Amino acid sequence: MLYNEPHPLETRVLSRRFGKPDSASLATYLADDGYKAFEKAAAMKPEQIIEEMKISNLRGRGGAGFPTGMKWSFVPRTSPKPKYIVVNADESEPGTCKDRLLMENDPHQLIEGALIAGLAVDAHAGYIYIRGEYRYLIEITDKAIAEAYAAGYLGKNIRGTGFDFDLYTHTGAGAYECGEESALLESLEGKRGIPRIRPPFPAVVGAFQCPTVLNNVETYCAVPAIIRDGGAAFAALGVPKAGGTKLTCLTGHVNRPGVYELKLGFPVKTMIEEVGGGILGGRKLKAFIPGGSSCPVLTASEVEGLTMDYDSMAKAKSMLGSGGVVIMHEDTCMVKAALRIMRFYAHESCGWCIPCREGTTWIRKLLQRFHDGMGQRSDIALIGDLAKNMLGRTFCPLGDAAALPTISIVEKFYHEFEDHLNGKPCPFEAAPELVEA
Amino acid sequence: MTFSAELENRFARLLNSYPPGRQRSAVIPMLLYAQDEIGSVTPELIEEVARRTGVTPLQVDEVVGYYSMLHKKPLGKYHVQVCTNISCLLRGGMELWEHACRKIGVGHKQVTADGRISLEEVECIGACSWAPAVQVNYDFHHFVTPEKLDQLIDSLRKLQ
Amino acid sequence: MPDLVNLTIDGRAIQAAPGTLLIDAAKHSGIEVPAFCYYEGLTLQAACRMCLVEIEKMPKLMTACTQPVAEGMVVRTETPQVAAARKSMLEFLLANHPLDCPVCDKGGECELQDMTFRYGAGESRFTEMKVHVDEKQWSPVVFFDNPRCILCYRCVRICNEGMGVGALGVINRGVVSEIAPNMGDHLECDECGMCIDICPVGALTSGIYRYHTRPWEMQHVGTICTHCSNGCKTTLGVRNDEIIRGNNRDRSGINGEFLCIKGRYAFDFYNHPERLTAPRMRVNGKLEETSWSQALAAVAAKFNEVRGSGGKFGVIGSNHTSNEENYYLAKFARKVLGTGNIDHHRTGDVHGLLDALSGRTGKLATTEDLYQKKAVLVIGADLALEQPFLSFQMRANYRHHQAHVYVVTDGPVREDNYAAASVRGTADAVEALRDRLKAEPELVIVFGDAVKGDGVRRLVDFGESLGIPVGYICLVDYANSRGAVDMGLLPDAGGLALPEMLAADDLDVLWVVGANPGKPQGSPFTVVQEMFLTETAQAADVVFPAASAYEKNGTVTNVCGEVQRLRKAVGAMGTKSDLEIMGLLAREMGVAAELGPWVPDTVFAEIRKTVRGYDIPLPVLEMGGAAQTAALNGRVPLDGRPELIRSAHDNLFTSGTLGRYSKVLNSVVESHGNR
Repeated sequence: MLYNEPHPLETRVLSRRFGKPDSASLATYLADDGYKAFEKAAAMKPEQIIEEMKISNLRGRGGAGFPTGMKWSFVPRTSPKPKYIVVNADESEPGTCKDRLLMENDPHQLIEGALIAGLAVDAHAGYIYIRGEYRYLIEITDKAIAEAYAAGYLGKNIRGTGFDFDLYTHTGAGAYECGEESALLESLEGKRGIPRIRPPFPAVVGAFQCPTVLNNVETYCAVPAIIRDGGAAFAALGVPKAGGTKLTCLTGHVNRPGVYELKLGFPVKTMIEEVGGGILGGRKLKAFIPGGSSCPVLTASEVEGLTMDYDSMAKAKSMLGSGGVVIMHEDTCMVKAALRIMRFYAHESCGWCIPCREGTTWIRKLLQRFHDGMGQRSDIALIGDLAKNMLGRTFCPLGDAAALPTISIVEKFYHEFEDHLNGKPCPFEAAPELVEA
Repeated sequence: MTFSAELENRFARLLNSYPPGRQRSAVIPMLLYAQDEIGSVTPELIEEVARRTGVTPLQVDEVVGYYSMLHKKPLGKYHVQVCTNISCLLRGGMELWEHACRKIGVGHKQVTADGRISLEEVECIGACSWAPAVQVNYDFHHFVTPEKLDQLIDSLRKLQ
Repeated sequence: MPDLVNLTIDGRAIQAAPGTLLIDAAKHSGIEVPAFCYYEGLTLQAACRMCLVEIEKMPKLMTACTQPVAEGMVVRTETPQVAAARKSMLEFLLANHPLDCPVCDKGGECELQDMTFRYGAGESRFTEMKVHVDEKQWSPVVFFDNPRCILCYRCVRICNEGMGVGALGVINRGVVSEIAPNMGDHLECDECGMCIDICPVGALTSGIYRYHTRPWEMQHVGTICTHCSNGCKTTLGVRNDEIIRGNNRDRSGINGEFLCIKGRYAFDFYNHPERLTAPRMRVNGKLEETSWSQALAAVAAKFNEVRGSGGKFGVIGSNHTSNEENYYLAKFARKVLGTGNIDHHRTGDVHGLLDALSGRTGKLATTEDLYQKKAVLVIGADLALEQPFLSFQMRANYRHHQAHVYVVTDGPVREDNYAAASVRGTADAVEALRDRLKAEPELVIVFGDAVKGDGVRRLVDFGESLGIPVGYICLVDYANSRGAVDMGLLPDAGGLALPEMLAADDLDVLWVVGANPGKPQGSPFTVVQEMFLTETAQAADVVFPAASAYEKNGTVTNVCGEVQRLRKAVGAMGTKSDLEIMGLLAREMGVAAELGPWVPDTVFAEIRKTVRGYDIPLPVLEMGGAAQTAALNGRVPLDGRPELIRSAHDNLFTSGTLGRYSKVLNSVVESHGNR
């Protein structure tokens, strides 16, 4: 089982069963209030479920942070069309590895969350779209689904409530873009993962052209706790306008990388120093990405007083994102970091719209040449300029995801680009990379 | 085309899991599972999947080139995937990649002469907190050092 | 009519129907918002990001192609911010685009070139390696140069949505995404070339046109395709009296952007090496070239001799010649030659339909009706292959208006893919659809040659019993099949029909104008006006080399009775139009005064006065439009002889005798069977 030692500063709600023996089994889940929330929800009116979700202040954990209760309320419950629940388990934002843990350690929590969503919007079928690389999670989830069917938690007339619900896993096959909700739906329908024009939003026209609730794994996993303990209790864990905890993936140059469940509003410095055990090799912090590689990069000075929540990050002109924290110490080459990030987006750009398709590859080539010591001074401005030309003008958020970190690195680490000029080798390349743990 | 009974079962389950008339949904899973069994996405497989899901071969082909896990050329029996994305990069992923190239003696998306091992530099595989990470087929290996990689490759070479 | 929405675009107060896209609302008020991927009538892509505009209260630039108008919306389409965004899109586009405009076929009519000029994005900051892929040939008519492709997906959509073929797709991902054909390395499709004309850049080019000329070096002559009966406008690009290409890029005419392989490429019979360029006369049993004066004198003498002796004439007209020519021929036959033995190859029971509809008006459906009416019933025809524009209209109607299409055919047809119901069987199987059709608000019934004579009457009775407005289209084969009927190329009561003329052993003269019915069994003096030495011409005593439809002026009437103008694009050395040949013959015979001047406009003026239904508004024709003839009112006196009606069921790659001489039609793989 993949999990790290818990840290005392954690608040374990979604991850409370992590590390328990046989934590993925139905027996373990049932022994720990499993499916109680479903039974409670089945006795509630759908409007009450959605109201409880709104009270919880749960915001989408995939990265965009849209209020979940509101999203569910957009589904036309009385539409004659079938409604669907879709779970986005296409976790692929660089720096993010939390959904994997939730599914590996506690698949029934996810199933229960999906079931409750089904009750709330009158959906009777759901699909868990799992990225292709997570094949073992498909096996774990399929096993859990089979257990749930056998015990009557899925299928017809679930636990005598009269509610029917079928749940299926569906594998992706390697495409970051399919984490974008409308691209995911296209992929679920057997097509290229090209995002759809919105509006209409998936809540109205989603999977198979029907109303659909589409949320991230972690979002669904929060639902049983919210229903069981009440939305207010969940909301109280976080900050105003953003309730609950967030699974935070500490990655990069920290002594204790791992996935930790922290209350929203957790101080970043404490997170790095205490939870993460400080910077690797006792070095200084240089740069910090709060939630996956698509967030603007923050500098050490910007981390002062910063907390892990939506508003605080927005104030610092970055984003809470997916919870994939990337920590870079003083010996990190920021040109190389920018290059590696852009390489990723150029590889993953679906190619649909001009600015993203052409922009990501152009900037990648430029950064590669620049890092290889063949840059010119004018290239520095050009990199930033091209990224700005993409920003806000692409078909889907992937363009912004590529542009934002690039713009922030060029602006905040301009001097590092200058240091690379005129055939000089990368000033950081000589420093040995520390490989520990 | 004929597939193993297990795969046929899976196909049958898949085709049943989507709403009526929506069997096209099975295209991507069918391609990936079939590729696992036969080694690559062949023109015959494209035709077969198209036939079973009621779309044109072109519509299947459109999908094959889009998803990076689907490939038309056969890979090694053991496909070694080294992540060099940002979190792995910071933990020595790039050095690990270069080491893997030297150790296995092939480059990106290449296969050893005996067809047993292939290598690919991959994008984030969701093992960021346990970086650097390597995936061999679908198995994850975490906190991989060059030494651990050597052992891993050696053991793959010994496997039948 | 729903209430209109009020909005402001570039300071102008504009009204538009709810749901109108901003890009269209702007266009209708004279403001062009540039776009590559947006194409009226096809699904929305929002991929090229060129149509970004500023909308008040919106945090960022919005795509005008996906934004519906809203009350009080304030839009600006040419602010510095918008211009900068567009310039940056062009810079991105040009990054991997080869700058080979000087040798690119599209140069001069390239939308990318135009936009680059408009937004001053001529300078590039791109200094990296461009992505290069070699050019590919997908068929004799379609070439694909991937680096030039800007991935606007117009080609994919027109093929899939417009044509219902789906032969093009997108493979790979990101910057190496690429348009790909259905057979891996080549195309097997309708070969219509729609993908080429719709391409805003020079990525898809025509195997016929490429590297031949520049757009500005041609004159562009809009005329009517001479192949099938649909009457598509084709704009011929002409240079030095040579037709270089056919297309309809300006989307004028009834067919909008539509053209099939014939309209776009199959003009190429006109300069076939076997084209006749001088009259021929039989000398000692052999056809030998002769002069016009000798040939005309010989025919005139023979005609006068037979006329004087009360001999027997047989006259066979054409499905391809103009209304003026058909009218003149019919008049010539009846008035001068005094014969009622006149006919043409009849391909549909138009006459039966007009007769069955007598006493009713407004019952003939137009090509536009196929796009507008709520329901269409097709009986006994594979429209996609035989009447491609009608098929295109119906598909567009289905896509845009969710029209209900019903099909009654003996085998599968492309319309089945979206039909509300498909019934396999003969025409009488329509009964099975009666209840569903009755529930429709209106209907167009399209029927082929399987329905004729009493069958037409029964079908009209069926249609009129539905209790809803019904319009009819009787399918015919060729460019002026309909006009031939209207102009009276049908036997008088007691006159000989076409097969009877060929079989007769007592004909003194057989005169065949623009047709290839075969060798007569008797031994009449046979005069043939033709472009090629057909089987009929080979058996003739005199052959006059005739001009093709692309070499003359006049009018033709399409399958729906819509009259349109033919415009002369080129001259063919040694040939004369059939009208001129007939006129010269009349003059030589001394009967010209009885027939009037052989000037197309003069003859047409007479047609408007004397042919029922043809009193159509001239300005419509002069503007290049199509004017529908009115349905006849009252019984049609002629004997229709419906048993003689037989369609050749030409498909996309055949066109009667004419099709044999088109290099393109014979070069594509699809024409070699197995379709």
